[in-house]
Amino acid sequence: MAQQEYERYYVPDQSPWPIVGAVALFLIAFGAGNFVVESTSDKDGFGGWTLLAGLATLLVMLVGWFRNQIHESMSGMYSAQLGRSYRQGMAWFIFSEVMFFAAFFGALFYARVISVPWLAGEGNNAMTNEVLWNGFEAAWPLLVQPMDALAGGEASTKMMPWTGLPLINTALLLVSSVTLHYAHVGLEQGKRSKLIGLLGLTIVLGSIFVVLQGMEYVHAYRDLDLTLDSGVYGNTFFLLTGFHGMHVTLGTIILIVLFLRCLKGHFTPDNHFAFQAGSWYWHFVDVVWVLLFFFVYIL
Amino acid sequence: MSTVTDHAHHEDDHHHHAPSGIKRWLFTTNHKDIGTLYLWFAFIMFLTGGAMAMVIRAELFQPGLQIVDPHFFNQMTTVHGLIMVFGAVMPAFTGLANWLVPMMIGAPDMALPRMNNWSFWILPFAFTILLASLFMEGGGPAFGWTFYAPLSTTYSGDTTALFVFSVHIMGISSIMGAINVIVTIFNMRAPGMTWMKMPLFVWTWLITAFLLIAVMPVLAGVVTMVLTDKFFGTSFFDAAGGGDPVMFQHIFWFFGHPEVYIMILPAFGIISAIVPTFSRKKLFGYASMVYATTSIALLSFIVWAHHMFTTGMPVAAELFFMLATMLISVPTGVKVFNWVATMWRGSLTFEVPMLFALAFIVLFTIGGLSGLMLAIVPVDFQYHDTYFVVAHFHYVLVTGAIFSIMAAVYYWLPKWTGKMFDITLAKWHFWCSLISVNVLFFPMHFIGLAGMPRRIPDYALQFADFNKWISIGGFAFGLSQLLFLWLLIKACRKEGEPVSDQVWEGAEGLEWEIPSPAPYHTFETPPVIK
Ligand code: HEM
Ligand SMILES: [Cu+2]
Repeated sequence: MAQQEYERYYVPDQSPWPIVGAVALFLIAFGAGNFVVESTSDKDGFGGWTLLAGLATLLVMLVGWFRNQIHESMSGMYSAQLGRSYRQGMAWFIFSEVMFFAAFFGALFYARVISVPWLAGEGNNAMTNEVLWNGFEAAWPLLVQPMDALAGGEASTKMMPWTGLPLINTALLLVSSVTLHYAHVGLEQGKRSKLIGLLGLTIVLGSIFVVLQGMEYVHAYRDLDLTLDSGVYGNTFFLLTGFHGMHVTLGTIILIVLFLRCLKGHFTPDNHFAFQAGSWYWHFVDVVWVLLFFFVYIL
Repeated sequence: MSTVTDHAHHEDDHHHHAPSGIKRWLFTTNHKDIGTLYLWFAFIMFLTGGAMAMVIRAELFQPGLQIVDPHFFNQMTTVHGLIMVFGAVMPAFTGLANWLVPMMIGAPDMALPRMNNWSFWILPFAFTILLASLFMEGGGPAFGWTFYAPLSTTYSGDTTALFVFSVHIMGISSIMGAINVIVTIFNMRAPGMTWMKMPLFVWTWLITAFLLIAVMPVLAGVVTMVLTDKFFGTSFFDAAGGGDPVMFQHIFWFFGHPEVYIMILPAFGIISAIVPTFSRKKLFGYASMVYATTSIALLSFIVWAHHMFTTGMPVAAELFFMLATMLISVPTGVKVFNWVATMWRGSLTFEVPMLFALAFIVLFTIGGLSGLMLAIVPVDFQYHDTYFVVAHFHYVLVTGAIFSIMAAVYYWLPKWTGKMFDITLAKWHFWCSLISVNVLFFPMHFIGLAGMPRRIPDYALQFADFNKWISIGGFAFGLSQLLFLWLLIKACRKEGEPVSDQVWEGAEGLEWEIPSPAPYHTFETPPVIK
């Protein structure tokens, strides 16, 4: 908008979508809360259905809200200022995601640097080891858990090597960040085929990543006995890679939506907040993976 | 409804009056409406959590198990804490931010108004889930608001899953609210509203919002680990699998300590607005207030383990966390000094907001001093998990955070409604609250020092007398809040004398330059700040 900065503010009108979203989150939380119990015990109920209803409502809300948003944006209602608000909002959202992962990385470091050595008697913890976990020795990856040590010292799980699938996945994601970057450059230069080709390629790379990650999980469960209950090694492994995988999946979906919008020609070289936000998100997910690859797999 | 506000006829197109009916509240994108929703929600939660406190105090009126069984007692202490922290104090501050931040910086609304609606409306749902769990099989959460593992994992009931997901929603709500506040402050200030001209309430909220975005996700992480530990066989907090219950405490308090500052920094901003008005002087040391707030926020990330002195940390860690904690009292002291210096030789008057602000300064300082005592490691070995800690955090949270919220409501209410509230009733509310709150919390110091543990439904006979008085103080404080309810209902029905735009002689700031009551939309074209 060729509008003088600060001359006029844009205040969005009322919208029904947030309240629909609130109902969706309610159904999701209430459903998930019951579903978790029902799926891990012999109770039954309709937690699963409530959860599904919530997810469906969320989907409806997202589609409705975004359509409304896209419509308003396309009809030129948004000011440059609002664009800045969106960008800053997205940046802070990503910061909150960083802190979410930080909690799990923190757990990983704590387990490796503090709890495992202490259980093995480090520092002034000799008696802990002697009396409670006799025979337990510190190691990472932790294949012989303290309870295994008591039960005879057999390892209950195997290590997930960093070579093979994880390495391929690292390469995939790194390349996908580059392709997405150049897709963005293409958008800014107004080169449509470059944009669409590279964005499409990014989506393919992301999808392959998700599939490979799934195969890795199957491998872990089937061949390595590395499961959610194989002690802190398995726990940190699955929660970190799992949440990361969920983010890649979400990121891929976002990219697909962006792809469709690019086909429709929604973005212009200087007005493409949604694209910008999606690409920030993707780069963030990528950085998390690099950290993950280093701390979870290699070290 | 005009969705497309074409800029040509923008002015006449915009509705200057509020839309009506239930849709106004459900679909609203107006920061004042959303602020009102937050504030009423917080007040309802305050009364709900308060009712639970009444159950607790009734049980503790006499030694011996009297009224409720211990498991239910534990649910009451837990849900009381959760509701007061996440349902009362935090939403009340967010409500105040909604009302005030745009008006104070000359913005037309919050930066992301629809997200604003969403972040409010998910809250009532989150608390519906939490409260509903009380009535389900096995009862609600009973492991304390701090939900330490293994209480929340090995020894908790099935409704823990509902607890986890409701905390997730509260977290999402806070994060979205905080993003909105930050972006509003960064991006929506009127021309000329430079950083060092911003009112302190805006400054303190900016930093609070930063803390929220930094630590609420950590809370989400730790509840998630509790969920997987309890239901999916992980052992983050179980030594048998190489984890550690103490790790729970580290992650929790990494969130928890900044969280307590989240609940006090906006209070500092409120007091810094009220004291100058009724002293008829500029705030003493504005810049030092800003720096003090910032350093408190940064330090709050490196003191968390002062909640864990008795877990057997290495001595070096105990020393580090002790000294870092004590360091925080320096900027806190700066603030108290500045408020007192602002009053020094001012022409003081004692309107109701000022009464609450003065009570805040004195009583919050008491809480800060007991905090300082708790920060001394060898001393904390004795005080930890006693009523002394309960006294400490109720002084900083009730006579601190809650009193500041009440001060704020009395201070800005006439601006919101355009009418002066019932001053006599307000004074009754103040004096009843002030006296009863001290009867309620001050003796807790004594029984704590004498060794009465917290979170128990029964106690040794020697604590009986004090507990009786504490309970009497508690009931009185609870009843006093009904005066507040009555006053607020009257205010919302627009009873009372009309007020001027400035409302309080001596009040300064953009919000006092617009009409009273504040129109539905303010600053559609930005004001110019000299
Ligand atoms: C001078 C500043 C402060 C210092 C030195 C301080 C110190 C401490 C210490 C050492 C503890 C742990 C006691 C124990 O469990 O043994 C504690 C507990 C607590 N403090 Fe503070 N504090 C200060 C200010 C505040 C403020 C401003 C708030 C909130 C507005 C606050 C809220 C709490 C809460 C809620 C707890 C108890 C948490 C629980 O175990 O349930 N404190 N404080
Ligand atoms: Cu603390």
